[in-house]
Amino acid sequence: MDDKFIFEKIHQKFGEQIIGFEENYDIMAVYADKEINLKLLQYLYDDPELGFKFLTDLTAIHYPDNKGEELVVTYLVYNMLKKKHLRLKFKLDIQKPDIYTATSLHAGANWLERECYDFFGVNFVGHPNLIRIMNVEEMDYFPLRKEYPLEDQTRKDKDDDMFGRGDSHFNLGKLNI
Amino acid sequence: MGKIKDKKKIKNIELPEESLGQQTRTLNLGPTHPATHGVFQNILEMDGERVLSAEATVGYIHRAFEKIAEQRAFYQVTPLTDRLNYCSAPINNLGWHLTVEKLLGIETPKRVDYMRVIIMELARISDHLICNSVIGVDAGAFTGFLYVMEYRELIYEIYEEISGGRLTTNIGRIGGFERDFNQKAWEKIDKFLEEYPVILKEFESLFDRNRIFIDRTQNVGGISLERALSYGFTGPNLRAAGLDYDIRTAKPYSRYQEFDFKIPVGTTGDIYDRYMVRNQEMWQSLSLIRQAVQKINDLKGEEAIPHHADVPDYYLPLKEKVYTKMEEMIYHFKIIYGEIDPPVGEVYHAVEGANGELGYYLVSDGGRAAYRLHFRRPCFIYYQAYPEIIKGSLLSDAILTMSSMNMIAGEMDA
Repeated sequence: MDDKFIFEKIHQKFGEQIIGFEENYDIMAVYADKEINLKLLQYLYDDPELGFKFLTDLTAIHYPDNKGEELVVTYLVYNMLKKKHLRLKFKLDIQKPDIYTATSLHAGANWLERECYDFFGVNFVGHPNLIRIMNVEEMDYFPLRKEYPLEDQTRKDKDDDMFGRGDSHFNLGKLNI
Repeated sequence: MGKIKDKKKIKNIELPEESLGQQTRTLNLGPTHPATHGVFQNILEMDGERVLSAEATVGYIHRAFEKIAEQRAFYQVTPLTDRLNYCSAPINNLGWHLTVEKLLGIETPKRVDYMRVIIMELARISDHLICNSVIGVDAGAFTGFLYVMEYRELIYEIYEEISGGRLTTNIGRIGGFERDFNQKAWEKIDKFLEEYPVILKEFESLFDRNRIFIDRTQNVGGISLERALSYGFTGPNLRAAGLDYDIRTAKPYSRYQEFDFKIPVGTTGDIYDRYMVRNQEMWQSLSLIRQAVQKINDLKGEEAIPHHADVPDYYLPLKEKVYTKMEEMIYHFKIIYGEIDPPVGEVYHAVEGANGELGYYLVSDGGRAAYRLHFRRPCFIYYQAYPEIIKGSLLSDAILTMSSMNMIAGEMDA
């Protein structure tokens, strides 16, 4: 089962909704329309020749410069018998980041999707419990998006004086010496 | 930048009004409970001693490694990976190096690969022996834990000889090791290979056919192969359920294909099977280390010297040479100041961690730091099956199930 065979097979099934593919080292990445993500996963799972029954990984990437398709949700599925990986990529608009959940097909997608929501704000439609998993629930932004710098700008407990950065720190006049 | 909303909106856990009259009780197991061996919380609904339902909460030691890694050069990510599964940190380190080497197209010499196999298998032993002996501790048998602990210490001493670190080892570099194993390290590896089998045998004789242990563990905390695959189980927990999926043979890295070893599998996926699979894996790891030492001793001529690949663009030179040699100084500055651009592309590389498939998904845009780095943490993925596994079991069995699944909070939360 080589990459060409897989691509032709899913292209035959879904036609124009399969947008393209790219080769990354030994794993092929297939770009597809976000509307068919669940259908595609189901087809890859059910088809006896393909048999991608194991969801290895699920995550997202943020490309702020690609207007209209800023978020890329990526699935890594695996065929254990043929030792073959396949990566699926779906581009989403950051204003409306909706994509269907895979929890009905892979139970393990549950927390991976929650993590993806937590960090990127991807809305998995139909997820049974789409709440934050790592961060505090009151947080109202998605920290792995590129617009957020590393240090948390909302913190008030980091007094600059304590770190030798404030004005008063080096003001020896205050110390009366 | 968003703001954290008003603190007053945080909900406390409130008991329902009729809770005093109800038959079940809510029990908070964790976040800091001695029996959880890590920082994670389970809210259990209990009927007497029986667990009716459970809700697992994670994230208490989330340290945003994926975000931090986006601002650090590749060689600076290694210490972050230490803190994933801290019981077997070298596997994480070397897995990361292998990922970067795949992206950069670096071929490591034979000797480096065999040295890596020694380190990774030592790490696997140190992880499995903790997990298995802690199952014993949670089942009420403390002795085994003390027996094997001495040898974890010896493994840590070997790490110390090689890298200087013990728990968070930061071992190796992109392309190989920062220095060759010294004589003391080889002596300690020999000592370990000589003495540990005796202790492991003794450890097994305490548990394997112990009536109390068998009664506590057999047919407890099991999961079917179908559910295990659906939940994304990998590693010893999946093999205990009966599938021989091991990345060392499925997608060999570090010349594992040259080694001769068996993959132990269980049948029922219960605690006893997990324990047995881990124990057998320790024997296999011992054999792998012996083979690797033999292979290194058999190398001749040019092959018997290198401890790193010849990749001056990425391999940090020795400090003493940086101060005295021109070429090394140039490369040192090029690496530290980030003047060498890695190729654009993305790579997924997985190694067989002590808990299962530890994968690194690295997206590079040509900058010195990763554009996006994602860790596929086996613990995080299979822990979501825990509420399903313990449903209907006794609380004491739920604790035992947790320790047998080898939950590591650092790996779960990343």
